[in-house]
Amino acid sequence: MLDLNTLTPAQYRARYLALQEAARRRAATALPPSVTAPQPLEKPLKTETVPPGAYVALRLKRFDVLRITNDSGTPGAALFLWNADDVSERYNAGDTVKLQWTTTLTTGRVLFSDMGRVLASITADTSAGHDSIIGPNGPAQAGTGANGRDNLRLAGAKFGLTRRDLAPAVSLFSHIATDETGRFQYHAAAASGAMVELRAEQNVLVALSNTPHALSPVTAATGPISIAIAHRPPAEDDLCRHFTEEAVRGFINTDEAFS
Amino acid sequence: MTAILDITLPARAPFSATLKAGQIMRIIDLEGQQAVDALFYNAQDRSERYSAQDTLAAQASSGGPYYLQTGSVLRSNEGRAMLTLVADSCGFHDTSAGACSCEANTVRFGHETRFMHACRENFLTELAKYGMGKRDLVSNVNFFMNVPIRPNGELTVDDGVSEPGGEIALRAEMDVLVLISNCPQVNNPCNGFRPTPIRIIISDT
Ligand SMILES: [Zn+2]
Repeated sequence: MLDLNTLTPAQYRARYLALQEAARRRAATALPPSVTAPQPLEKPLKTETVPPGAYVALRLKRFDVLRITNDSGTPGAALFLWNADDVSERYNAGDTVKLQWTTTLTTGRVLFSDMGRVLASITADTSAGHDSIIGPNGPAQAGTGANGRDNLRLAGAKFGLTRRDLAPAVSLFSHIATDETGRFQYHAAAASGAMVELRAEQNVLVALSNTPHALSPVTAATGPISIAIAHRPPAEDDLCRHFTEEAVRGFINTDEAFS
Repeated sequence: MTAILDITLPARAPFSATLKAGQIMRIIDLEGQQAVDALFYNAQDRSERYSAQDTLAAQASSGGPYYLQTGSVLRSNEGRAMLTLVADSCGFHDTSAGACSCEANTVRFGHETRFMHACRENFLTELAKYGMGKRDLVSNVNFFMNVPIRPNGELTVDDGVSEPGGEIALRAEMDVLVLISNCPQVNNPCNGFRPTPIRIIISDT
């Protein structure tokens, strides 16, 4: 077996550059619509409309699919996840972007926990962008109105969790990107009807809040979002489970807990 | 400047200390290109802790960049100022990529890296001394770590740009518990593939 403690700096660098090269190739390869087209969500177990400024606390079983639709083009929805069987395992924004070599979260990508396991896969996405670097708004942006940080805390509280159990979160339905000067620019909210679909890869607790992105110039939600949940285990040739070599290793770690 | 504490922290080692409001902590990258991972807690109520997203949202709102540099205010999950980066010879410190862990290493670099030392092992060891654990392991700052986020969304760990003797100074804006992991990672360029010691100085001014 390779003794990693005896490699030279040049050998470590070569290993790193090979991984980076593979990641760049993956990111540069566009997937055909036949692969990324959303699958029908048959026989939903539950549907619900979340009014502007409101939140829901959901419990999903492994392989449940959660479809979130931005009915109104509202500028963001805050999202956080925990492993329902051990809430000390939770969404990890740093690992999610670092392990996938990208801040662009869209179809094919996954949301990692702090344990090198996948909490959820992004099985479909028609939105213009989701952000996990700056994330949801808080009182600093929303003033006395509803805000993402407090709503995620409230949703967590319904599972007996406290502010200790929250960490950087995702803001869905907002497109931001860095510019050449190293500044994040807010580009646009998702269009009305934009949809993102997550498949739970463990039993998970979900906090979902209809509140804007922290950089949205519109600081209060402008309309409803809706959710639908169905049960749909992955097919043999599932995109997310094979999209990158990192995802393959992440699913080895994930599936171990269920074998 | 009379030092209250002045130590050399060996490569790969953890450290923690409590800063009183107004005190200054200097970190010196003795040999260059050494990532220094840091966590911060309100010493009076440790459920208030450093938040990368609160820090970057406030900084972006005032026209600042996505990384930390002189003048950056490190904010808590209540949006309050915890520390200010008052001096910085490097100009680029990451707060988006998190700390390395054994588990994340298996995904990023292969399962053969599982038992290599990692920052989150250092943090958990140090957190345990304060009765804290994994639930308290939140977002951190990676001083001297070069993590560009490119306009196309790509995020990589690139060669460090910190010179030998590079130095930062942080002023505590409240009483702060500081945890440090002198990063042991050799599978990416954050430590020049060769972890080295750092010097930590705490003083009243
Ligand atoms: Zn590290």
